[in-house]
Amino acid sequence: MSNWKLICKLDDIPQLGSRVVQRVTGGDIAIFRNAEDEVFALHDKCPHKAGPLSQGIVHGRKVTCPLHGWNIGLEDGQAVAPDVGSCSKFDVKVENGEVYLAV
Amino acid sequence: MSNPPVKPRLVLIGNGMAGVRTVEELLKIKPDHYDITIFGAEPHPNYNRILLSPVLAGEMTIQEIVLNELDWYKENNIKLHTGKQIKTIDRVKRKVIAEDGTEEDYDRLLIATGSTPFMLPIPGNDLPGVIGYRDIKDTDEMIEAARLHKHAVVIGGGLLGLEAANGLKLRGMDVTVVHLGPWLLERQLDEIAGKMLQKSLEDKGLKFLLETQTEALIQGESGRVAAIRFKGGMQIPADLVVMAAGIRPNYSLAESSGIYCNRGIVVNDTMQTYDPKVYAVGECVSHRGIAYGLVAPLFEQAKVAANHLAGYGIGRYTGSVTSTKLKVTGIDLFSAGEYMGGKDTEEIVLNDPHGGVYKKLVIKDNKLVGGVMYGDTADGPWYFQLLKDKRDIHDIRDSLIFGQSLVGDVGHAGKSKAAEMADNAEVCGCNGVTKGAIVQAIKAKGLFTLDEVKKHTKAASSCGSCAGLVEQILASTIGGAYTPAALDTKPMCACTDHSHKVVREAIVAKNLTSKEAVFAEMQWKTPNGCDKCRPAVNYYLISSHPHAAKDDPQSRFINERAHANIQKDGTYSVVPRMWGGLTTPDELRAIADAAEKYKVPTVKVTGGQRIDLLGVKKEDLPAMWADLNAAGMVSGHAYGKSIRTVKTCVGAEHCRFGTQKSMTMGIKLEKMLFDMYSPHKVKLAVSGCPRNCAEAGIKDVGVIGVDSGYELYIGGNGGIKTEVAQFLCKVTSDEEVMEYSGAFLQLYREEGWYLERTCHYMERVGLDYIKGKILEDEEGRKAYYFRLLDSLKDAKDPWATSREEQPIKQFIPIKLEA
Ligand SMILES: Cc1cc2nc3c(=O)[nH]c(=O)nc-3n(C[C@H](O)[C@H](O)[C@H](O)COP(=O)(O)OP(=O)(O)OC[C@H]3O[C@@H](n4cnc5c(N)ncnc54)[C@H](O)[C@@H]3O)c2cc1C
Ligand code: HEM
Ligand code: SF4
Ligand code: FES
Repeated sequence: MSNWKLICKLDDIPQLGSRVVQRVTGGDIAIFRNAEDEVFALHDKCPHKAGPLSQGIVHGRKVTCPLHGWNIGLEDGQAVAPDVGSCSKFDVKVENGEVYLAV
Repeated sequence: MSNPPVKPRLVLIGNGMAGVRTVEELLKIKPDHYDITIFGAEPHPNYNRILLSPVLAGEMTIQEIVLNELDWYKENNIKLHTGKQIKTIDRVKRKVIAEDGTEEDYDRLLIATGSTPFMLPIPGNDLPGVIGYRDIKDTDEMIEAARLHKHAVVIGGGLLGLEAANGLKLRGMDVTVVHLGPWLLERQLDEIAGKMLQKSLEDKGLKFLLETQTEALIQGESGRVAAIRFKGGMQIPADLVVMAAGIRPNYSLAESSGIYCNRGIVVNDTMQTYDPKVYAVGECVSHRGIAYGLVAPLFEQAKVAANHLAGYGIGRYTGSVTSTKLKVTGIDLFSAGEYMGGKDTEEIVLNDPHGGVYKKLVIKDNKLVGGVMYGDTADGPWYFQLLKDKRDIHDIRDSLIFGQSLVGDVGHAGKSKAAEMADNAEVCGCNGVTKGAIVQAIKAKGLFTLDEVKKHTKAASSCGSCAGLVEQILASTIGGAYTPAALDTKPMCACTDHSHKVVREAIVAKNLTSKEAVFAEMQWKTPNGCDKCRPAVNYYLISSHPHAAKDDPQSRFINERAHANIQKDGTYSVVPRMWGGLTTPDELRAIADAAEKYKVPTVKVTGGQRIDLLGVKKEDLPAMWADLNAAGMVSGHAYGKSIRTVKTCVGAEHCRFGTQKSMTMGIKLEKMLFDMYSPHKVKLAVSGCPRNCAEAGIKDVGVIGVDSGYELYIGGNGGIKTEVAQFLCKVTSDEEVMEYSGAFLQLYREEGWYLERTCHYMERVGLDYIKGKILEDEEGRKAYYFRLLDSLKDAKDPWATSREEQPIKQFIPIKLEA
């Protein structure tokens, strides 16, 4: 059922960085790119106090929330122990250097 | 032929604190490397042995002190044999055999069999009712005896004996402590302090027989011990006798298998025994001739052993200084290091028998090497940190004995008297964590380090100013089990075993100019670090190689990446610089226009003498900056680990008291330091006379005008714990103010560790050291000053460059039409 939408070029996202995708409804989505050029997408809302995860520091397959430093797994949206919480994730793929998001 | 094993097999003998800690460390750095099997003679999973005392005292339950639940072993695929004692190690066939015949093969063996209580070789020492104090079984037996019997005798007036006696008393027994020495804890305390301790314990109802030697234990009609007889013939009733006269490393198993032992299993600095396939850690070990009996050094051993078992081969264990604390509620006793003193040592003693306070500090070559505190132990962890850091104390020697808060030194990092705080008192104001919650987490989750407490409670994890307090709570909750890491050897974060010091030195010495080079050269354990080490490494790179190393925006915290402060709702605040706190009608007009144009909800005057526009959308930032730039304004760096503001008073330009032109001086300093990044934020102030309206006394660099020039103060801080800046020197001209303060700040930039404020840097190195570099060495000072000016020679406004050089994509959201 998923509906792949072209978002941007891979190079539009800095390595170990992110971009924000604004939706009309449903809130922002953060798209991350790590050092291995893997791309992930999470709801841009930290499970702790709704901090914008897109603004965090990306390392390995994790992002550290800018507000209070929770670490969130990029693959599954789960907070890294001992913190508990999760935020929804979205399917993304990269084809020919272009990033697609399933929404 | 059977298939070769897929993974090498690791067998651990001894399911106790040191052995299991080693396995935990191993799983952390190399999970799935071994097939792991653990044998434990006790029928329990690993528990926190040091908390047996609170269990006996009725303050905790056995359930609460378990460190690793059975599920933990399952989750980590560890085969656990509880209640099975290993009888034989066959080193030729590489297998271990338990009492009941269970066998396991090993490729690597880890021995952590702990120690056993020393049972006095006297008649009757094997009677029922005569026990040591070591494990859950002993504790249960004592609790049971307290239910059924009346008279308890504890042999040995050391820490363990006193904790046992206290617990038994609280459980209603009539308790006598028999001690051979002339006073209690005669190795830690001198006579006066020992007597003070004895008095407080007597007030709790304990009885003491000092200088008394036990001759025999006498059996009663039931077959159980009934009395104890001393040399000289005196005899008292005893239904329970607890031997706490020392421990013996438990190495008989290793010795019988032919592994070299000498009052312990002899290991080298990698925790390897004479058999290279066999490692040993814990109380059963003799390392450089020392067998430790406290957990903190054992945990250090565990870390090293794990690293070598993982095959990384990094790290050596070189021995530990230890500290102990008596865990009897209501009595404060702390000792650390070489508290006995000895050759070439001096002692400073404070003795107040009426106030119930005794302190002794042992000093050697101007360094603290040991100490004992009784009655008031609040400063124990601070002394211990000084001791571990081998800090030169001669400049604070006069007031050292009075503790940290009276030392005319700086930078207490928020330390106060943790033990006296109520449980509902808030420790971490940032995250609203109370003392009770921290104590609860330490006990329930078995936490031993500041990092663990940070992770589990969030205390000290934000601004960090309560870290000192949290360390004190750790120390008072788990006693000697807590050792603060020496600052210059503490690993930066979980990504590396290297300290800030080592990493920075390598960056300079090996001329490393990128984070990739650092991670490769220093064998980082993670591919690209984490939010702790990456910003630190980035700072060390750009500060060590100002023009050669390229700044990495993705290694910076969002505020420095976006050149604005993130707010709790994800908007940003914008603070244009007002040099020295001065502005003009044109600037104010431009700010007002920007506030209207970008619908800024809040406009505020900051404590840094400028205007903050709060609640700006990230996507509006570049345009807003362009407008402000057009009016001649630049970034105020209100967001950076960098120069923030130079606050000034009105000064001689207008003020009737002014002696110096503080506004002009402030502007010169702020222009000199523009765009300076530093280990942490840096704030300055200039006042025109000693009335000091600019509050220069709480700034990193404070300048106060006097008739004949300026006084310079350094290392002040207005934070949670106010630190008064220390007088550095007096100078006569504006140029000298710039040279001296610039040189000091460059010294701090080169030597301060990331996130260390000037006051903490100063506490670490000492004011005398800084004076030596800045005042006594003119050439050195000029060189620091030159390097500062050189690194800042092409400083640019980040608001302007974010349009020109850097991609501004980060500010632009991608809009999706669905
Ligand atoms: C009451 C009490 C209070 C203490 N308080 C403090 C304190 O405040 N601060 C502090 O730092 N330290 C304290 N200690 C000391 C601390 O508990 C020890 O230093 C620490 O537990 C030693 O760890 P270990 O792994 O070497 O030995 P242990 O924790 O004793 O573990 C060894 C394990 O090996 C098992 N074992 C032995 N031989 C075999 C075999 N052949 N086969 C299978 N299993 C075997 C034993 O049954 C035991 O479970 C206290 C100790 C006690 C008893
Ligand atoms: C200890 C932890 C501290 C934290 C986490 C902290 C955090 C902050 C933050 C986030 C801002 C920016 C607000 C904005 O968005 O504009 C700020 C500004 C400011 N803070 Fe703090 N602060 C701390 C300590 C202090 C101390 C000790 C002082 C002074 C004694 C201080 C003085 C100021 C001033 C004057 C500003 C205004 C900004 C400027 O004009 O540059 N802060 N602080
Ligand atoms: S510090 Fe002195 S010169 Fe400055 S405003 Fe106050 S009184 Fe005037
Ligand atoms: S909102 Fe993300 S850590 Fe608090």
